[in-house]
Amino acid sequence: MRFAFDDDQLAFRDAVQELLDKECTPAHVRAAWSNETGRVPGLWDKLVDMGVVGMLATEERGGLGLTMVDLVLILEVTGRYALPEPIVETAAFGVPFLERADVTVTADHTFVPWADTADVIVTAAGRFEHDAVELVARPSVDGSRRLFEARGTPTAVDGNALAAAFSRAVVGAAAQQCGLAQRMLDLTADYTKERRQFGVPIGSFQAVKHHLANARIALEFARPLVYRAAATSDPVHASMAKAKADEAALTTARAALQCHGAIGYTTEYDLHLYMKRAWALSRSKGDRRLHLDRVGQTIL
Amino acid sequence: MDLSFSPDEEAFRAECRAWLDANVPRPALPSGDTGEGFAAHLEWERKLFDARFAVVSWPAEFGGRDASLWEWLIFEEEYYRAGAPQRVTQNGIFLLAPTIFEFGTPEQRARILPRMAAGEETWCQGWSEPNAGSDLAGIQSKAVRDEAGNGWRLSGQKTWTTRGAFCTHLFGLFRSDPDAERHHGLTYFLVDLLSPGVTVRGVERLDGDEGFAEVFFDDVFVPDADVLGEPNQGWAVAMATTGSERGLTLRSPGRFLATAQRLIDLYREHGEDSGLHDRVVAAYIDAEAYRWQTFWTVTRAVEGINAGAESSMTKVFWSELDVRLHELALELLRDHAELLDGDTASWMKGYEFALAGPIYAGTNEIQRNVIAERVLGLPRR
Ligand SMILES: Cc1cc2nc3c(=O)[nH]c(=O)nc-3n(C[C@H](O)[C@H](O)[C@H](O)COP(=O)(O)OP(=O)(O)OC[C@H]3O[C@@H](n4cnc5c(N)ncnc54)[C@H](O)[C@@H]3O)c2cc1C
Repeated sequence: MRFAFDDDQLAFRDAVQELLDKECTPAHVRAAWSNETGRVPGLWDKLVDMGVVGMLATEERGGLGLTMVDLVLILEVTGRYALPEPIVETAAFGVPFLERADVTVTADHTFVPWADTADVIVTAAGRFEHDAVELVARPSVDGSRRLFEARGTPTAVDGNALAAAFSRAVVGAAAQQCGLAQRMLDLTADYTKERRQFGVPIGSFQAVKHHLANARIALEFARPLVYRAAATSDPVHASMAKAKADEAALTTARAALQCHGAIGYTTEYDLHLYMKRAWALSRSKGDRRLHLDRVGQTIL
Repeated sequence: MDLSFSPDEEAFRAECRAWLDANVPRPALPSGDTGEGFAAHLEWERKLFDARFAVVSWPAEFGGRDASLWEWLIFEEEYYRAGAPQRVTQNGIFLLAPTIFEFGTPEQRARILPRMAAGEETWCQGWSEPNAGSDLAGIQSKAVRDEAGNGWRLSGQKTWTTRGAFCTHLFGLFRSDPDAERHHGLTYFLVDLLSPGVTVRGVERLDGDEGFAEVFFDDVFVPDADVLGEPNQGWAVAMATTGSERGLTLRSPGRFLATAQRLIDLYREHGEDSGLHDRVVAAYIDAEAYRWQTFWTVTRAVEGINAGAESSMTKVFWSELDVRLHELALELLRDHAELLDGDTASWMKGYEFALAGPIYAGTNEIQRNVIAERVLGLPRR
């Protein structure tokens, strides 16, 4: 037993983090809220070049032949930066599902994000190609997540492969939730150290401390389930991970907003970018209720 | 990343399982927090010791098997899975022993550990005093130097001492430098409770058992050989013990997985239409989360990274999980939950015990302060 990442995995993660630190700042995410695509212009190609997007494809098919264990850490980082790109849908779901590294894919049960800029769209109904689908835009609470309903005549997909792909997407979304929780926690810890009331930093008040301690605990116990699910490919483990990671992200969002006060309640401040992504992800790739049902079907 | 146990570890698991299945007493022993129950538990401890299962992680020379942390976790999982008795020796073997391994002299190890492992000497923990609970540095019990006797004379009072009425020995902190304040000038003593001047009074706990004790010290002589670590450096030594108490050693995941599994069984029997589906499943997931977070922590420990203040997160999590598991069981049991007879009584008893978790080993309010200050870096007051 060795439940830890190896140095190569951590180094790859750090490299992606370095890229996003420059190219996926809050200003970039904010800009994606109002641009045409909801994405960060030029960033996807860089992720493709780094090998992130095609990681799970075999080398013959233009990928890196890596596994979900390698990818999960990177997806966690994409959550931390609220990367507004279909990275979970493509890297975790689509690339191994289609066995090719050169496509952009989006997928979900019903509402598919960034579908207008994807080559292939997969929903519970089946598979749609970009040039043979009618897309109806549906606004998301997270302005950068351009959501669509796909209409048209889908082609059927292999149920087993779809289930496995969906399970990877569930782990991916759970990883992003952990990254988002971490981001909101960092932002709030920094804020509460600076902001002063009654002559002292508000972070010295015990009520504030306990909100943030609760968030930190929730994250501490979500992460290992996500990493475990990445390693086992077991759909029940994926469901446990998503249920727990959603809880961590939503608990943190709530604590973060409360500890910020009114500044957190503005859209000028960055918190809402991460909070709304967490809300949105908690409803996508199966919500907590769906995943608790799945776990319940196995254990009860 | 490798999530499998090795063939040797699996073989060890099989050995533990087979032995426990054949030896765990049925019906269950009476509570170890009563005089009669304590004696019955010590017999069980003796049996464990003879089979070299009492202290698997210790070196063989002290009665252990030199088991790795992983094997220790496996043993614990099997122990609770088998429904084996509570460990009345736990404060010795899980809290004091790691501290003796770290700070004790070779003479202390050789003298104390084998008898502790065999259950011949049993240890209770003497931190709390009437005026020093969460604020442990407020300890007032005193140790005065006895030069002629090459030792110390203790006076004062300890309280909430778990199983103090049944144990033979106590480890605790006493103020040895009257001029020093707070964390300074404290010494860690190992005290024989049969020494002249010691009075122990049992106190009934919430669950009706005499699990607590008050221990009074009236000019009790303790030789230098029974000082653990350096005189006046007791705080640092004690912190090692409390680290064990919050973290892994006292509350391994096997315990909560076993309770979660019993909750699942109860749900299968009574759960339909209870409206508790999601909460029961979520509690089960939490027990799994505790297991995997432990594996994460143990991997780091094996590679030399100490959990430090992070053990405060562990303590809050397991204690609140334990309460949740029992609350759900009581909800499932409906009017039977109240009963102290029949097969469901263990849930009410378990609930009463679980409620202590957020209080002992540093209250969860204190732990949350620690998490905020030492993990997240928020300012102290
Ligand atoms: C079942 C059980 C077994 C025990 N066994 C032992 C034992 O074997 N040996 C031993 O020495 N002790 C033992 N204890 C005692 C235990 O260590 C203390 O109960 C604990 O440290 C709290 O101290 P207190 O009870 O004096 O409560 P107090 O410290 O008076 O606290 C009361 C309440 O105030 C809160 N509070 C106090 N200070 C703060 C703060 N700074 N910030 C926020 N909230 C605060 C606490 O969280 C708590 O909710 C045991 C307790 C129990 C319940």
